[in-house]
Amino acid sequence: MSKDVSLELKNISKSFGRVAANKDVCLTVYRGEILALLGENGSGKTTLMNMISGIYHPDSGEIIINGENAVINSPRDAFDYNIGMIHQHFKLVNVFTSTENIILGIDGKKFNLETAEKEVKAIADKYGFEIDPKKKVYEMSVSEKQTVEIIKVLYRGADILILDEPTAVLTPQEAQKLFAILRRMRDDNKSIIIITHKLHEVLEISDRVSVLRKGEYVGTVETKDADESILTEMMVGKKVDLNIHRSEPVNAAVRLEVSGLNCTRRDGVKALSDVSFVARSGEILGIAGISGSGQRELLEAIAGLQKLDSGSIIYHDPKTGKDENLRDKTPVQIRELGVRLSFVPEDRLGMGLVGNMDITDNMMLRSYRSGRPVFLDRHPPKELAQRIIEDLEVVTPSAETPVRRLSGGNVQKVLVGREIAAAPTVLMAAYPVRGLDINSSYLIYDLLNKQKENGVAVIFVGEDLDVLIELCDRILVIGGGRVTGVVDGREAKKEEIGLLMTKTVKEESANE
Amino acid sequence: MNKTAAQAEKKHESLFYVTKRDTMPFWKSSLIRVIAVIAALIISSVFIVALTGKSPLKIYSAMIEGSFGTVRTFWDLLQNMAMLLGIAVAVTPAFRMKFWNIGAEGQVLMGCLASVICMYYIGSALPSWLLIIVMAVASMAAGAIWAGIPGFFKAKWNTNETLFTLMMNYVAIQLVSFFIAVWVPSGSGILYPVNTDTECGWLPKVFGQQYFLNVAIVAILTVGMFIYLRYTKHGYEISVVGESENTAKYIGINVKKVIIRTVLLSGALCGVIGFLLVSGKNHMINTSMAGGNGFTAIMVSWLAKFNPFYMILTAFLVSFLKIGGSALARDPLLKLSTSLGDIISAIVILFIIGSEFFIRYRINYRGRKAEHKNV
Ligand SMILES: Nc1ncnc2c1ncn2[C@@H]1O[C@H](COP(=O)(O)OP(=O)(O)OP(=O)(O)O)[C@@H](O)[C@H]1O
Ligand SMILES: [Mg+2]
Repeated sequence: MSKDVSLELKNISKSFGRVAANKDVCLTVYRGEILALLGENGSGKTTLMNMISGIYHPDSGEIIINGENAVINSPRDAFDYNIGMIHQHFKLVNVFTSTENIILGIDGKKFNLETAEKEVKAIADKYGFEIDPKKKVYEMSVSEKQTVEIIKVLYRGADILILDEPTAVLTPQEAQKLFAILRRMRDDNKSIIIITHKLHEVLEISDRVSVLRKGEYVGTVETKDADESILTEMMVGKKVDLNIHRSEPVNAAVRLEVSGLNCTRRDGVKALSDVSFVARSGEILGIAGISGSGQRELLEAIAGLQKLDSGSIIYHDPKTGKDENLRDKTPVQIRELGVRLSFVPEDRLGMGLVGNMDITDNMMLRSYRSGRPVFLDRHPPKELAQRIIEDLEVVTPSAETPVRRLSGGNVQKVLVGREIAAAPTVLMAAYPVRGLDINSSYLIYDLLNKQKENGVAVIFVGEDLDVLIELCDRILVIGGGRVTGVVDGREAKKEEIGLLMTKTVKEESANE
Repeated sequence: MNKTAAQAEKKHESLFYVTKRDTMPFWKSSLIRVIAVIAALIISSVFIVALTGKSPLKIYSAMIEGSFGTVRTFWDLLQNMAMLLGIAVAVTPAFRMKFWNIGAEGQVLMGCLASVICMYYIGSALPSWLLIIVMAVASMAAGAIWAGIPGFFKAKWNTNETLFTLMMNYVAIQLVSFFIAVWVPSGSGILYPVNTDTECGWLPKVFGQQYFLNVAIVAILTVGMFIYLRYTKHGYEISVVGESENTAKYIGINVKKVIIRTVLLSGALCGVIGFLLVSGKNHMINTSMAGGNGFTAIMVSWLAKFNPFYMILTAFLVSFLKIGGSALARDPLLKLSTSLGDIISAIVILFIIGSEFFIRYRINYRGRKAEHKNV
């Protein structure tokens, strides 16, 4: 492998108001390599990459591409330097086909959709993408959309590809496919920069790892010389214990009894079929499954946000000993019954929080009804905001900062912090560590464990099987809206859960 | 190796490009707005000289004179501003909820109509203070109903409120014409003030000023709305629903209820303005009584970022341009048509709206950066 430098950053700095997102960052990327960029939430990874791809302009410093000083003022300039970035939020036109999206915005030559489709096909074949050039974006899964985004930058001749947390939205299988493609691109002498918080992915895919900490460049190591604890130490600046301490459930009693849930999505597809299970106090119940197998509908049904066709959700009140059926109750009615149900939804800014409101006002979402009549009382939420910022080490200029401006991990801390602060008896969390750095992830696991020790019934929807096995007492596996098995977290094997996850899917496709 | 850089230079580049700004400090955005107004006045001067050959300074001082010159003109200005501000305040809660209510014109007119109907049919049968209360309540109800119908349809069947509220304006105008036709058998279409003899149902003068109560009531509404939006639970719910319906549902806000409640409030306040227009000023009705303020108020509210206190400024500016502009036409020495005032106010408003672009976006020049490159 030749060691040609394709991209070099020298002393790049960038501030947003008082926040220094990058301080004197230096970085070197070679041709034909995959460089992983690692750092805690808010350490400035996205900001740095945005400067290479022309979204932001550095306050100071140099970007050198192929030995030349480059001036990148816009994404278009970045394209001219053959740089392409795949953002975490896709920027595709829903009603267009993949090919139309790929050629969109390229000027200079007249387009023939048919030749374009052929060219797209050629790129796909070369690197091993699976893509239907005629499929419309709104019909696509997340991973298909991502494929379109990647081909789009390749089509424009990108030699330097930047991927910001591409695997955060993928299933493990989809991630493997993506990695195979990235390896082929590397062999084609392209430079690839990938951001991910999953250390096993970093170790698996990258050639070298560069680490940022609090906006500063810490160093670079060859992946073959690294392991999880070395990388974590570089990121955090101190040794971190990467074990989840699972305690034995104490006085586990049935808290939530779900039986025979059936539910149909708006498009007429069955989302849940005969789902039954129990959640016990002082226990973490994991829910494993390929994403989109009904996890979301299940949690929303319990939270009173999803209409059910049939079934019942019985809550055993630990204080009064009474049973309440939560089915067809609104969130307010559930709360009025004295059921303290907390819910960390998958869609943080679209459902759990209001992006344009500051942290204090977001704290108030849960509690604004209490206190004096008519008027809001902002004191308690403000104190809560301060406490969460301190306890969970949220990186933010102040409690008055709109949550939209926080980095992904910090947004999640605010949400989880608020839900736990409500002192729940049932806590449901959907993918609570998605997009979180390793340190914050363990912080969240600790928080969930503490809730469990306090006697809360915790329901944890996760995607990382290793974590589910380490954290949960029992794991409910669902596939295609059905319960395909319940396994003991202390004895379960990854392979066993993996098989259960795909069980009904296979059966169903065999039936069809 | 140099291929990419050379490519970049070869390609045709526009001279500048636009990027979105982060937030701008308040003083800076205010400065941009002030500069916009000054620039607008300079451009207007060019028009003034070209069209009339008169000195722009003379025209501007005539506008100031026409608005502030006498106690009477000053109160005219205040009255005009109060009505505009009142409607702007009224539409604001709906707009904060992203309910695009462009039916304020009709809602105000319905408020006027309800008040006039009360005056016309009750006459002087009630004591004036009681009649005034009846009129105010009737006007609020009328405005609320007029806004509530599209609001109900929106909440129930998610119909497009913009079209619906717009159509309601035309229905309101037709209703007013109908009543005028009934009341004025001569067919002249002009209804003369009602109860001129007893002044029953007329808001009284305070401190000798006819418009004092109008201005005071709008001032109270403005402060009240600020408090309502910022410090009450209702106001908070409005913000949440406006930002994200999903979040609202997640925390158990009844979205339909909030939509209907807010739209009713918005309509009722428009009704109040209709009542003030009748009881505090005209004592009669015609189809153009809202005078387009129902639409102008949307701009006043939007320019003020839906903040009732900023609306005082924007409403003042728009009213000043209007009153000052019409003074130009009245000035016997200048002998100008009304159009000049309209031109000036159009230019100023255009520049202020345009300045928002510079507040939200940054313009970067390639030329300067390219020089850096060569150094
Ligand atoms: N547009 C912006 N305005 C203000 N502050 C910002 C903006 N974008 C980023 N920041 C701040 O800059 C810092 C770095 O953010 P950045 O998004 O680059 O972090 P990150 O390393 O990508 O984190 P994550 O892993 O959570 O995505 C954070 O403190 C963030 O709050
Ligand atoms: Mg990021």
